[in-house]
Amino acid sequence: MGDEALLLARAQFAFTVSFHFIFPAFSIGTASFLMVLEALWLKTGRGVYANLYRYWLKIFAVAFGMGVVSGLVMAYQFGTNWSVFSDRAGPIVGPLMAYEVMTAFFLEAGFLGVMLFGINKVGPKLHFFATLMVATGTLISATWIVSTNSWMQTPAGFVISDKGQFVPAGSWLPIIFNPSFPYRVVHVVIAAYLTTSLVVAGVGGWHLLRDRSNVGARKMFSMAMWMVAIAAPAQILAGDQHGLNTLEHQPVKIMAMEGHYQSHPHGAPLILFGIPDPAARRIDYAIEIPKMSSLILKHDLNAPLGGLDSVPADRIPPVPIVFFSFRIMVGLGFAMLGLALFGLAMRVRRKLYDAPWLYRLAVLMGPTGFVAVIAGWVTTEVGRQPFTVYGYLRTAQSHSPLQASAVAASLGSFVIVYFIVFGSGTYYLLRLMAKPPAPHETEPAAIPQRAAGITPAPAFEGVSGDAH
Amino acid sequence: MLTNPDLATVWACIIAFAIFAYVVMDGFDLGIGILFPTLEVGAERDQAMNSIAPVWDGNETWLVMGGGGLMAAFPLAYAVILPATYPLVIAMLLGLVFRGVAFEYRWRDLRHRPAWDLAFCIGSVVATFAQGVMLGAVLQGIHVVGRAYAGGSFDWLTPFSLLTGVSLLIGYAMLGASWLIGKTHGAAQDHARRLAFTLGILTILALSAVSLATPFLAIDYWHRWFRMPGVLFTAQVPLMTAIASFLFFWSLKRGRERLPFVIALVMFGLGFLGLGISMFPYVVPRALTIWDTAAPQSSQIFMLVGAVFILPLILTYTGWAYYVFRGKTVTEGYH
Repeated sequence: MGDEALLLARAQFAFTVSFHFIFPAFSIGTASFLMVLEALWLKTGRGVYANLYRYWLKIFAVAFGMGVVSGLVMAYQFGTNWSVFSDRAGPIVGPLMAYEVMTAFFLEAGFLGVMLFGINKVGPKLHFFATLMVATGTLISATWIVSTNSWMQTPAGFVISDKGQFVPAGSWLPIIFNPSFPYRVVHVVIAAYLTTSLVVAGVGGWHLLRDRSNVGARKMFSMAMWMVAIAAPAQILAGDQHGLNTLEHQPVKIMAMEGHYQSHPHGAPLILFGIPDPAARRIDYAIEIPKMSSLILKHDLNAPLGGLDSVPADRIPPVPIVFFSFRIMVGLGFAMLGLALFGLAMRVRRKLYDAPWLYRLAVLMGPTGFVAVIAGWVTTEVGRQPFTVYGYLRTAQSHSPLQASAVAASLGSFVIVYFIVFGSGTYYLLRLMAKPPAPHETEPAAIPQRAAGITPAPAFEGVSGDAH
Repeated sequence: MLTNPDLATVWACIIAFAIFAYVVMDGFDLGIGILFPTLEVGAERDQAMNSIAPVWDGNETWLVMGGGGLMAAFPLAYAVILPATYPLVIAMLLGLVFRGVAFEYRWRDLRHRPAWDLAFCIGSVVATFAQGVMLGAVLQGIHVVGRAYAGGSFDWLTPFSLLTGVSLLIGYAMLGASWLIGKTHGAAQDHARRLAFTLGILTILALSAVSLATPFLAIDYWHRWFRMPGVLFTAQVPLMTAIASFLFFWSLKRGRERLPFVIALVMFGLGFLGLGISMFPYVVPRALTIWDTAAPQSSQIFMLVGAVFILPLILTYTGWAYYVFRGKTVTEGYH
């Protein structure tokens, strides 16, 4: 079993999981958005909410389908390419993921059909209940899978058996609520909401640039900008707390994120930018603020911070990847805060619906949530290296006894298929988003799906007249 | 108090149930994918697609349950079987990707609808064939050393595994055709009934071929099926299958609409029972038993507590979702 197969297996996991996470990052937020829209429609009876529900439901249906099929691949990645990890860590991570399937996947899948196709069959109240269940399912799913991931980052509550397996030491509570889980799950869920609200704001901005009187575009833009205004600062706070937690439990990861090759006994600088040189163990062209890192991480300008020089070489993650991905995430996070403040300023001045530059910025920022989410996951996952179960099981000892050629062939197939399938899907999504929402409130009285007596076909289509 | 060996049996039954639920539920919607080219472009295809669109996602979730449950309850089995059938698993997943997205894509892109219909069909065929070959690969045995698969990349490829692959294609297609009888009327229903009749015959031939070949794979299987006094019990399985087959054709001839699908499920159930007789208590025949591969008691109990409460709930709301979309699927008035 050579290094080649290992590298290919890692590339395959990185590729499939990155592609996959794009969809849940969007569907978690969209499901909640749809729930709010339908609740508002039921409460107010205003057609603009029904129209927006229908508009975003079509988009949700396509994205959710892509999330399902790319997620199915993940359920089998562990066994195909990481069989030793599965055997060793299976008794801990297996049950956590089984609970995800039982409490979340079935819930989402069971009610999705009714949500997409069932309004004329079950009536608005029961239909809202279905939407609620789907939205709840996405959040339950995030909770379990993040718990699983957090356990791999900050393992707790286990002993290692004579077979070499990680087994529960006693209660499952310390395993589920492992030290980094609460921070991580908050960070991930806010990220999903922020990603979705940026997309919605981008789509709203796009249509407002063309027609500022479009009621649907106004409503979605306003709702999304409120969400950005809440979620962007909340995410910066959550990220800061998560960072402090990481410093406590995975200090080496923080050293890599900060680019601290050297220890700083009298206050560490905050490196804003630079180019890590792993061979020379230094950051070239560094732009830094003296003692700032100690202030952020320890709330004390002169607090000592250890560097990678205090860590054995075989426990150091690839610094440049972690260093750059972290800066991409944080940079985008502050750009989102800028958008939020810009939006609030225009709202205060009552110019929210007459702000072409705000719309342009919103369109530009539309996809940045996805970039930030992937950069964040890259930071935390690459930062966990060279371990799968941090500190206990090395990545190099986790993979399946496969030939490099087999892993290369499967990786190639995944790349080709994903680009065809998800490339088409993204194109369809963009096309749906390019269609303007209904311009007036001349809406049907009920959330319209299709003419009476017609049965399932594409989501919420038919009566709207904009079908195909 | 349950001891670990008993717990392992309970979990083997739960995983077996999940796999069976997957086989029959995704079986009929994969079957519709396999039969798709034989359905007329237009109303007949749309109707077939619409009859499964609200439920396919839930059906496929049982596959995640089977795989995830296997990893959780029998991690060593998961860690051995998946590398042993590596190319098949990958092919199955890619097949499911293509067919899964086709449900939405074919409505989103009318110009390329024929292409997505083709993707739906090929994806279904590849996924089904891969699952069938995997079944054969497990039945014929996997080379295990220590706690890992020790064979080559293509050990799974034998005439027997190809036979099980083709058999599953036929079986799923039969399930799909029987499902369509209940969901359609008129010409489409007549077509589905003719398909079901032909596929019923082929299914019985395939089932017989696999059943006859299995005892020759290993003496162990021979003993399980033909030794006294066990044969008094095992002989009931082919007997019941013969009765079910007769009822299947009888219900088709009588023009019954939902009964053929129910009987098709019974036929699959009997085939599954036969597999159980061949395999239990092995997960990897003649190499690893459920007790060899079981996760520790604490893991299995933790999941069992949830499963006891949640699985009935899942079955309830899944049943409700099927109930909501009961009756004939029609296409008139669409667009």
